[in-house]
Amino acid sequence: MKPRVIHLTVNGEQREVSVSPNDLLLNVIREQEHLTGTKYGCGIGECGGCTVHIDGQPMLSCLVLAVAVDGRAIVTIEGLARNRQLDPVQEAFLDHSAVQCGFCTPGMIMMSRALLNENPRPTEHEVREFLRGCLCRCTGYVSIVRAVLAAAERGAGGEERS
Amino acid sequence: MYIATNTHILVAEFDYVEPTTLEEVFWHLSEHGPQARLIAGGTDLLVQMKMERKNPACLISLARVLELQGMTSNSGLTVGATASIRSLARSEPIGRHYTALAEACNAFSTIPIMVMATLGGNLCNASPAADTAPPLLAFDASVALVSRAGQRVVPLEDFFLGPGQTALRHDEVLRSVHLAESVRGAGSAFVKVARVAADISQVCAAVRVVRDGDHVIDCRIALGAVAPTPVRAHRAEAFLTGQRPDRGRVDDAARIAGEDTKPITDVRATQEYRRHASRVIVRDALTTAWLRAGGRELK
Repeated sequence: MKPRVIHLTVNGEQREVSVSPNDLLLNVIREQEHLTGTKYGCGIGECGGCTVHIDGQPMLSCLVLAVAVDGRAIVTIEGLARNRQLDPVQEAFLDHSAVQCGFCTPGMIMMSRALLNENPRPTEHEVREFLRGCLCRCTGYVSIVRAVLAAAERGAGGEERS
Repeated sequence: MYIATNTHILVAEFDYVEPTTLEEVFWHLSEHGPQARLIAGGTDLLVQMKMERKNPACLISLARVLELQGMTSNSGLTVGATASIRSLARSEPIGRHYTALAEACNAFSTIPIMVMATLGGNLCNASPAADTAPPLLAFDASVALVSRAGQRVVPLEDFFLGPGQTALRHDEVLRSVHLAESVRGAGSAFVKVARVAADISQVCAAVRVVRDGDHVIDCRIALGAVAPTPVRAHRAEAFLTGQRPDRGRVDDAARIAGEDTKPITDVRATQEYRRHASRVIVRDALTTAWLRAGGRELK
């Protein structure tokens, strides 16, 4: 099981990392790229805490082999803000106190961003459907859904960089 | 219920190869033998590897094999094995002509899992609760299995042999899934009962009816999570075919479908609940499919 070198774009920057076949993308992001916003929650695809965008699509980095994303573009929660300006979704989460302990927040925001990229004006039902894979044990989801709808209202839809 | 394994990392060590053609896949399959496993979306296999239930020596990724991708219409619809569940959920032709399949894909787990998981993976994993199986059975689907020796086409009903067991031989790859052509007067529906939206089915059912005037001239009823494999309810189908449906007949057909289930009790539901819920969702799916086929409100 020899390590191999893969090339990734992480939050817009070209990166070259050495990984083994059994390295998970989540651990490469956290331990090699030192981007610890992306969370390890359940490790089996049930909580949504490790959600990142791969080529613009929301995926679970705890169930993605790092070797399998050679050549692809990864965006993590750290990559949403631009020029020290928070993404409108991040702003909305702050405005609506959609954060309590904060552990689910990166996954929630990455999913919300993905939703608004493909559907800039979702209904409340569509927000809840899209976020159904993100578990939050603190907020009861009400403030989170409110934040996403508010971000949509402010015209937060549109493509992110990759 | 899970043994406390460390899901933070993959403990097992294995080789990983990423062929780009089926010919290369066959070469790797023969080179690495039965210790190799094919991986598509990985949403089942990597979880099982983290749980240390599976320990392949080599993973052969299908992600970059072009021959397994895409969707083509040809007297029906042929879907490549690595089409994502989300691509099916969002497909316009599937939504229009294969509504029950679109509904099953939309009810499938969570959005990131839908993005990652593939149709071929869902079938080859052969869970009795696989959401895509009942609608595919309702659309008379068959699977194309390819190896160096050539291709064989197996009706989906004969593909599932038991939980986790399929007719796929070690040297074979599931290449595509073919759905029968949609016919005039057809309507379909999928209904799922689960503990929470993101969970797998306690029971699920898919129905397709073909209507001529006030009569059902053809009918398929398939259920998931009620037997060791996804199953057709042949007796209920025969009961309804050729009939003019009313509420009583639909209830009777649903009762027959429920009687023919062989569910187990597990962490998600009891045997009794599954049998009862089967009857209820078959009735609801039949009613919806009949209306979608243009049938009159049932009296």
